[in-house]
Amino acid sequence: MERTKPQLNIHVQGWLLALPAVVLLATFTHVPAVSTIIDSFFSTPHGRRPAVFIGLDQYRTMLADPIFWLALKNNLLYALITVPIAIGLALAMALWVNGRIKGRAALRLAFFTPTILPMVAAANIWLFFYTPDYGLLNQIGRLFGFASVNWLGSSATALPALMAVTIWKEAGFFMIFFLAALQQVPPVLYEAARMENARRWLTFRRITWPLIMPTTLFVAINALINAFRVVDQVIAMTGGGPNNATTLLLFYVYQVAFSFWDTAYAAALSTVLLSVLAIIAILQFFMLDRKIHYR
Amino acid sequence: MNRFARLTLAATLAASFLGGASATEITFYYPIAVGGPITKVVDGYAAEFSKAHPDITVKPVYTGSYQDSIVKAMTAAKAGNAPDVAVLLSTDMFTLIDNDLIEPYDAIAKSDGDQAWIKSFYPAFMENSQAEGHTWGIPFQRSTIVQYWNKDAFKAAGLDPEKPPTTWDEMVAFGKKLTKHDASGAVTQWGLEIPSSGFPYWLFQALTTQNGAILANQAGTKVAYNDPKVVEAAQFFADLSQKYEVMPKGIIDWGTTPKDFFEGKTAMMWTTTGNLTNVRNNAKFAFGVAAMPSKVRGGSPTGGGNIYIFKNSDKAKVAAALEFARFLSTPERAADWGIATGYVATRPDAWEIEAMKKYAADFPPAVVARDQLKDAVAELSTHENQRVTKALNDALQAILTGAKPAQAALDEAQAEANRILASYQH
Repeated sequence: MERTKPQLNIHVQGWLLALPAVVLLATFTHVPAVSTIIDSFFSTPHGRRPAVFIGLDQYRTMLADPIFWLALKNNLLYALITVPIAIGLALAMALWVNGRIKGRAALRLAFFTPTILPMVAAANIWLFFYTPDYGLLNQIGRLFGFASVNWLGSSATALPALMAVTIWKEAGFFMIFFLAALQQVPPVLYEAARMENARRWLTFRRITWPLIMPTTLFVAINALINAFRVVDQVIAMTGGGPNNATTLLLFYVYQVAFSFWDTAYAAALSTVLLSVLAIIAILQFFMLDRKIHYR
Repeated sequence: MNRFARLTLAATLAASFLGGASATEITFYYPIAVGGPITKVVDGYAAEFSKAHPDITVKPVYTGSYQDSIVKAMTAAKAGNAPDVAVLLSTDMFTLIDNDLIEPYDAIAKSDGDQAWIKSFYPAFMENSQAEGHTWGIPFQRSTIVQYWNKDAFKAAGLDPEKPPTTWDEMVAFGKKLTKHDASGAVTQWGLEIPSSGFPYWLFQALTTQNGAILANQAGTKVAYNDPKVVEAAQFFADLSQKYEVMPKGIIDWGTTPKDFFEGKTAMMWTTTGNLTNVRNNAKFAFGVAAMPSKVRGGSPTGGGNIYIFKNSDKAKVAAALEFARFLSTPERAADWGIATGYVATRPDAWEIEAMKKYAADFPPAVVARDQLKDAVAELSTHENQRVTKALNDALQAILTGAKPAQAALDEAQAEANRILASYQH
């Protein structure tokens, strides 16, 4: 008796400590997620017409919806292009500002600045860069004799233009993680490499890269998830246009839910988005895990 | 809510407690779609109304853009907390009807005075306010599209600075003279800009109207996206940049078009009359405002917001909301609002008010949009409005960016609209 009582207390105590987090997570994450999945099997209620169970109809509509497929394609392109470039840039910047160079602090601050700016403010700055004729990009282009380009106004350049904003904004943020990781690499290993007269590339490939792999994985997961959560700069910069060229999944969910008021279809789209994110997370955790050198 | 409104609210609440009388409190949602310190004007109206009606307290809530406002009103209604009265786009009418959210005015305003009130607005504005034999909205901030032209640029190009284009042919001919190139062949000044971002259907509807087409029926159940006259208008829209080369290629941003005009990047632009005060304050050159040019006829769609009254089981709130709607739409207030913003005062007798007469005499461009009302048509509005207009927006952007030919793109848009509207056509 005397032994079990304090144990029970520890359990109760533990749950009590976790309670705020559990309540918050359940209320704002788990319950909405589950009810979204349930809603996706019903029709959208309209005025006097209540929602009825329709099984997989919303998903059949989705398969036949060209805008959904376009949004998915745009989003995959977005992820496949922005994530590696942002990570590469972040690593390059981190390696650079990790070395002993003049003005290191200023350089680090400069690289990190885009992260501090709110997305909508940043989007407005880029809107000015991209403006035809008198926007910054076209003014620079004119000096070199290039014709004015309507960056956000033509289907071919609108999505890459948005990708550039994401890369610019995220690279500085990821740089901070790489910087922290680089400082965790034991200097003795580099000393050993120097004694072996190893070239720089070999040192990077055999020491730095494997040792910062956990950070790279962490950053990659976050970057991928972010790529599927992009919505604010689409709203601020293009509204999904021209002709859906910049419509991404989450923006399409927002449009279906709050412009078309087709909440059930939006729930089905959200379910797909949730599954995509879950798959990314699972793949990365379980498949890449084994190749990573943890210490 | 600003401090003034909060104080008024607190004062009226305190007064009602002290007096022991139970005041009816109504919530009023309103958007702001043009520049300037407009929230102050609206809060002032609410305070003035509460003073005149001690038994009613109006709580004005600024709800952002039109799109934000309908989102807020709909979500609040779904949570059982709808506003009592709101200014929303006239084209949101079918969405509100289909969700069973609004009261028709004819059901709650039955006296002879009420009936006369409903009939006191410009008929062109009422086209977007009536459906299924009922009146669902009362015009509040309404507009039409007008053309603005740079008189200095006209002079420099050897054109008569007092003569804007009156036909499509003149518009192209003037545009060619106004489009200027530098030594390398790059354009330094365009002839014309018709914005095509966000809601290209609205500006396009001016072109279809001028070409003699009507895009949707009054019941909002059918559209005519691939009518030959509509296809012709779309082809002309694309030709302005691709064939005649008087307009920039690709999508032209709605927001930067006035800036392009101020910067001299374009000599003519099409935009809402709601931008009038903006242009007046920022154009550093002599400018003119004119009615739309014509093809087979002149004309523009109307635009802007109506006052809607939301359903409520509490009849006192509905009555109070009606009283407030009447208050907002008196000739005096319609005139005051028109002068403050640039929107068209919504009823003929508002133009007889002294302040309005003086404003119109001092600034003649203010009457251009009003005079165009005789040629105006209802803005495109159907059931499932946003989805049906998106089909047209996508088609137009595909045509303007050269991704699809006009006929094919509009055939697709028509098929999509038919599919969406099928359940409403019985």
